[in-house]
Amino acid sequence: MSDESVISLRGVRAELGSRPVLRGIDLTVRRGQVVALLGANGSGKSTAVRTIIGQVPVTGGEIELFGTPRRRFRDWARVGYVPQRTTAAGGVPATVTEVVSSGRLSRARFGVLRKADHEAVRRALDLVGMADRAKDSVNALSGGQHQRVLIARALAAEPELLIMDEPMAGVDLASQEVLAQTLRAQVAAGATVLLVLHELGPLEPLIDRAVVLRDGCVLHDGPPPEAVGQHALPGHDHVHPHAPAGAEPIRTGLLS
Amino acid sequence: MEILNYAFMQRALLAAVLVGITAPAIGIYLVQRRQALMGDGIGHVAMTGVGLGFLLTWSPVWMATLVSVLGAVLMELIRWYGKTRGDIALAMLFYGGMAGGVMFINLAPGGSNANLTSYLFGSLSTVSESDVTAICLLAAFVVLVTVGLRRQLFAVSQDEEFARVTGLPVRALNLLTAVTAAVTVTVAMRVVGLLLVSALMVVPVAAAQQLTRSFAATFAISVALGVSVTIGGTVTSYYQDVPPGATIVLLTIGAFILLSLLAAPLARRRARALAAAQPAADPAECKIPATRGAADEVGV
Repeated sequence: MSDESVISLRGVRAELGSRPVLRGIDLTVRRGQVVALLGANGSGKSTAVRTIIGQVPVTGGEIELFGTPRRRFRDWARVGYVPQRTTAAGGVPATVTEVVSSGRLSRARFGVLRKADHEAVRRALDLVGMADRAKDSVNALSGGQHQRVLIARALAAEPELLIMDEPMAGVDLASQEVLAQTLRAQVAAGATVLLVLHELGPLEPLIDRAVVLRDGCVLHDGPPPEAVGQHALPGHDHVHPHAPAGAEPIRTGLLS
Repeated sequence: MEILNYAFMQRALLAAVLVGITAPAIGIYLVQRRQALMGDGIGHVAMTGVGLGFLLTWSPVWMATLVSVLGAVLMELIRWYGKTRGDIALAMLFYGGMAGGVMFINLAPGGSNANLTSYLFGSLSTVSESDVTAICLLAAFVVLVTVGLRRQLFAVSQDEEFARVTGLPVRALNLLTAVTAAVTVTVAMRVVGLLLVSALMVVPVAAAQQLTRSFAATFAISVALGVSVTIGGTVTSYYQDVPPGATIVLLTIGAFILLSLLAAPLARRRARALAAAQPAADPAECKIPATRGAADEVGV
């Protein structure tokens, strides 16, 4: 793990319809780290991710990707993004391969896919265990399989940084295991990962750092809590071991 | 083929074929982004262009192209900035466009609503030499965009947010889609009429979907279907003396119903094949296990 910062947010503010959603977020993800962004519904975790990719405009602060200000960043092939979706389908039928191929466009010049690009698409499908469904319509897939297709689409460009917004939402147990396995392989190969999660779940062993948001502010930034006793619950109060004795535990608000 | 001996029928058939290709070719992206009625909205805006054309004694086809392109860009801008709800903004353009058309044509010297009728419902037999030139140029533009940029347009229409992260110029591609749709509307205006344009953009795509699993096949079949119904409708209208625009649209809807009926047994066969391929994965019956496993634990 080097010190090079892959994602850097400094004092980022954002509004949705004049309501402040982010009130000055600082977040740095260094090369090779796996960082989970946690928080209750409405805490701003999805918005934070969407400012990074430029989907939500910021009203203040600075964002850098790979050391370049986001506005001038053009090297999108280095970023794989899995948006929060329950389906990979659009209004017209499309095969699994067609959807995953669109993830390769960041590496293709003028939208022309060459042999190497088609091979990369096939490898991405292999990684999520969907190679046998390559020619099927995405409409025929289960919720977990949709999510696997969305992740394959992000992997098709062979990115260095993966940004995933709730990849485990609505995913069956078998697919959760496949996704955890896929992510483990990516991390082992040196990928940097920023995950928005509702709960740590099966991905917990992979996560180096947890950043907890509440009401658009960073509440906690440090090692993920250990899952024992009440900590195993999806929402829990985080007690810092180095905090002075008798200090109030940090309440993340996940249970309240 | 005596039908081909008449110059006006040659022009009519050429225009019909070009509409049969271009309308589904851009329509498929509108259906994919769930904006199936966008073509209809542009059609109404184009009426203002036709009216202005008469008033300024310009070519109504080129004036309609100009105005509907501006209208389509306006719709796209309203969608970006989201000041008004999308459907309300669309309604404004619908009715504003129609009212503008009626107003301008009545202000034009010697103009009346009768002049509008040939644009509202199409007037294939009066397609002139210069109309054909305009239609050919505009159709070439539409084919170039919809085929040449198919991967980019597919990505943007499938998932705009994701397309942004692949570095595609999402706004430019959205504008290009809107402009191409507007151009297609004016290409189709003389053939099926402004009020029926949207049918040729949407219904062939909907019909093709009944059979297909891939985007590429949907594209190919809907264009083939578009060409078949426009030729079929034009020939029928020649021999039976019925309005071509309405004939083409009714034929398209007939094709949709026919393919829907054909598709039901096909879908059943596919489902059976899939079930046979993975027998253990999806048992048809519920089975209650004798003992509880870890997966049955419910968190609190």
